[in-house]
Amino acid sequence: MGAQKKRAAAAAAAARVSEDPDDLARQPLQAILLADSFTTKFRPITLERPKVLLPLVNVPMINYTLAWLEAAGVAEVFVFCCAHSKQVIDYLENSEWFSQPNFTVKTIESHNIISAGDALRLIYEQNVIHGDFVLISGDTVSNMSLTQALQEHKERKKKDNNAVMTMIIKKSKPSPITRQSRLGTDELFMAIDPNTKQLLYYEDKADHSKGTICLDKMLLAENPSISLHNDKQDCYIDICSPEVLSLFTDNFDYQHLRRHFVKGLLLDDIMGYKIFTHEIHSSYAARIDNYRSYDIVSKDIIQRWTYPYVPDVKFCGNRATKLERRGMYRALEIEQSRSAQVGSFTVIGYGTKIGSNSKISDSVIGEGCTIGSNVLIEGSYIWDNVIIEDGCELRHVIVCDGVIMKAGAVLKPGVVLSFKVVIGERFVVPAYSKVSLLQQPTVHDSDEELEYADNSSGTVEFSSIQGTADQSNGEMTSESSEAHKPKLGTGGVGYIWSICEGGQEEEWRHSVAPIPEDKLTELSEAMDDDQELVTQDRTALSTSGELISDSNASEGDDNEDSKDDSVYFEKEVEATFLRAVEENVKVDHVILEVNSLRLSYNMTSADCAGAVFYSMMKLAIKTPHSSASELQQNTANIITTWQKLLKSYLLEIDEEIEIILKFEEMCLESAKEFSPLFARILHILYDKDILQEDAILRWADEKEGADESDKVFVRQSEKFIQWLREASEEED
Amino acid sequence: MPDTQALVMTFLTSLKNATARQTAELLRSVISQQRVPYTNQAGALIDAVKAVGEQLIAANPVELAVGNIVRRVLHIIREEDLSLTTAAIGELNLSAVSDDENDDDRDGNTTLSAAAVAAAARSTLRPPSLQTLLEDTPVSAAVPQTSSSGAADKSSRSRKLKHDVIEAVNELIQDIVTCHEQIAEQAVEHIHQNEVILTLGSSRTVSEFLFAAKEKKRSFRVFVAEGAPRYQGHLLAKELVARGLQTTLITDSAVFAMISRVNMVIVGAHAVMANGGVIAPVGMNLVALAAQKHAVPFVVLAGSHKLCPLYPHNPEVLLNELRSPSELLDFGEFSDCMDFGSGSGSPLLHVVNPAFDYVPPKLVSLFITDAGGHNPSYMYRLIADYYSADDLVVQRRAIAGN
Repeated sequence: MGAQKKRAAAAAAAARVSEDPDDLARQPLQAILLADSFTTKFRPITLERPKVLLPLVNVPMINYTLAWLEAAGVAEVFVFCCAHSKQVIDYLENSEWFSQPNFTVKTIESHNIISAGDALRLIYEQNVIHGDFVLISGDTVSNMSLTQALQEHKERKKKDNNAVMTMIIKKSKPSPITRQSRLGTDELFMAIDPNTKQLLYYEDKADHSKGTICLDKMLLAENPSISLHNDKQDCYIDICSPEVLSLFTDNFDYQHLRRHFVKGLLLDDIMGYKIFTHEIHSSYAARIDNYRSYDIVSKDIIQRWTYPYVPDVKFCGNRATKLERRGMYRALEIEQSRSAQVGSFTVIGYGTKIGSNSKISDSVIGEGCTIGSNVLIEGSYIWDNVIIEDGCELRHVIVCDGVIMKAGAVLKPGVVLSFKVVIGERFVVPAYSKVSLLQQPTVHDSDEELEYADNSSGTVEFSSIQGTADQSNGEMTSESSEAHKPKLGTGGVGYIWSICEGGQEEEWRHSVAPIPEDKLTELSEAMDDDQELVTQDRTALSTSGELISDSNASEGDDNEDSKDDSVYFEKEVEATFLRAVEENVKVDHVILEVNSLRLSYNMTSADCAGAVFYSMMKLAIKTPHSSASELQQNTANIITTWQKLLKSYLLEIDEEIEIILKFEEMCLESAKEFSPLFARILHILYDKDILQEDAILRWADEKEGADESDKVFVRQSEKFIQWLREASEEED
Repeated sequence: MPDTQALVMTFLTSLKNATARQTAELLRSVISQQRVPYTNQAGALIDAVKAVGEQLIAANPVELAVGNIVRRVLHIIREEDLSLTTAAIGELNLSAVSDDENDDDRDGNTTLSAAAVAAAARSTLRPPSLQTLLEDTPVSAAVPQTSSSGAADKSSRSRKLKHDVIEAVNELIQDIVTCHEQIAEQAVEHIHQNEVILTLGSSRTVSEFLFAAKEKKRSFRVFVAEGAPRYQGHLLAKELVARGLQTTLITDSAVFAMISRVNMVIVGAHAVMANGGVIAPVGMNLVALAAQKHAVPFVVLAGSHKLCPLYPHNPEVLLNELRSPSELLDFGEFSDCMDFGSGSGSPLLHVVNPAFDYVPPKLVSLFITDAGGHNPSYMYRLIADYYSADDLVVQRRAIAGN
């Protein structure tokens, strides 16, 4: 059906195309390349070098993007530089990109821009974009062909002037355990109209704790069918109409391309602007957003998914490299010891030396590195001119230019060593730590900036730090080597950054290191629990009022949690109860409320009974009284009033015993006033049919073998128990 | 020479779909823009071509045709130089008789004559090849054209060398352009009435060959193996049917089952190596082995620009090109198999997509080039005609230089 429609549309377009093709040809395709991601995810490295110049399999990232833009037929690229703009411009000026025929690269520089939105507003002011353009950031790797997507975009635009953007997406399944894509970004939910490919819903920050996503009912009213995906990856390649720029200018609060712009357009239906998607199947596109995607995209490149942008094919500025068996890429002039073992899927850069008995696998080694003997390198990214002395161990780390690792140093998974750091002899850098010559910027960011922390960082702060760093780099090195000697071992230079953003437990999500096994099991267990909870909820809900007490088993599993929980639960129940007393709420309603609390805290009915009883007793004690008999009277009153509530939780004898135990506990600890009255209140409870004689007798039996101290109350109520025993015998 | 440098740059960027013809055209413009000194003109030209050639070869070492053309052009320069010096020897004999008066000129002539004698000696030492015997006429034809007076002679000779080289490169370009036709002309000799022909993938040479036979009123049937994973066989089948040929499309894996009904296998090649081995689209070795098993002739069509003077075991030869795995499978469907984020961090699924196969010479029955049909064992001989041994390794200087 869709195909037919398309064909009809194509035919209709063909008729029109006759007048348009020269129009298409006349207007050269433009692109805006944001050479700044406006995030802080690559800190501390990005404090010294802009992200787009970081080497990805030994070629600066921006080269992949530019090479693709050129191959895709883009004629003019505006490179927007912000943080470290000088470095980017210098690099581009010395590269081949300025001397390409039919491909112009122009740079736009600005320093006080803190988000992509601001950048686009600035570009709009410059009035350089004349037609449709490709919006991309300088850290995107792709080999897709733009022709089809562009054609679709133009055709849609012709039919509907409000179709302002075409977003490129690609299928990629998220991990069911970690709830993140393979590129380390959060799970993305997209609703797409299967016929028109219009994007209807976009949510990348779904709340997993709730386990639900909300779709507007109007979506279904307007679109008869919607396909909802969580296996699509946003490639961050957008084909935009010039209106996009003016939209950014009109809505000056749009900062982030996705969070503000896309969601803004989707929610705001006044203007009726539409976003469409184009899915690519055979070609590759991915954006490097964090350390994990750096790792994954590097591996994709080595596995040749990005062909022809692979190390052994020259595309721009990469040195001649040969692909050998088992995916081993070797540049020229490599000195490798005979006993060194270079494993599969490894890239070794020009002029690198590898000592004897060293083992390297799944790694990228840059140019001019010196690797000693007995070194172990696994899944790591080592940039240029790094010196690694004998016996070092590196697993899943990033090591920037000019780092020196003294003999025997060990880097645990997830470590990032920024430029020119020196690691002392035999020093072990703990997992996920980031080491830099620059000190961690203190958290002086305003609240607003913190809020932007992961979508639009304070670039202003960036450049200022860079400025001081450049001036005082020399001093700082010497300074820090003295001040921080113990921190990185003898002779070590650099600061270990403390982890603040996201907290340590989240660090593994975005690190270069694979997710550790124990995290995965932990997560999958948590997920199982979730599912259990859901099913439990369901059964509980289906039987609504009737309560099931078969969940005792789960109690023993996580004692720690349940202890905390039960304390909270008790408090909540008490609060509910007190409110009920004050406001004279009906008993049935209180039961409902306590039931809902019970479900949310996953408690048994015994817990409920205990908690309710506890609150009742608390209330009795709080009621002003002068003597013990008055207290007894109060208690009797309260029990009479609320016996229905209590009884609804006393389904079995176990719960009744629980109440007695609870009461005992109270008398010993929180409400000592009751202790002399224990036997009498027990009697009252018996009279009111709250406690059956069996329960009391069983409690007494249980206490038989206990310590003397525990038997205080049994003694106290000995008479009563005796009487109960006789009564039951008489009945017999 | 900034102009040529710019040209080379454009070429390098467009090298993905570079053909032999484009290489030859580029080298022609390099030669025409190269300023030639008075002495050792051939040397200057060779250096210029080598410098450009190195870049071209390094840019895409898998595209062997580019290297072949660079070597062919170098060979042309050497040949033209040689023919001019042989002409000069004749002239020297003349001038010796006419007793020249100018001393400077005599000095020049003596040095020249020494070189010429050496060159002549070399040429006599060379074993006479079929090609040189047949193409001896242009050398003798060149003799009367040389003028016989001093300084004017030199400048005209320098222009003459360049001119001759460009002429010869033009001829080479012409050869490359017409090679399909020249190969196709031989089609009727090889395809007989009611035969069944099997081919794999798609090659322009093969389709022209089949069309030529069809046009000559031969009626035959064609089996086309689809040529996974790029399935160019589908396109070929379409073309064949459009020309009215009875066509059967089969999968690559069905080749062995079908081969017993086939009279001849005709395929194209990516490159023909000096030992007669063939580098061809992937799956070809399978077809060749099947053909051998059933004693079906395995015929390879290749233009002479595809003859590569290197042996497949040469370290310079990159035998294969590994293309993107996305041609084999959909990335999205398999993205969970390539989750490097868990476990050991290295993927358990590797997808390998080689573009080429190597077919050893013993499996090839016949080569049909624009110069006629040849046995695999004769390839080295053809190569000796087209290339000079000095040029086999174009990059040597670069490696030594580093």
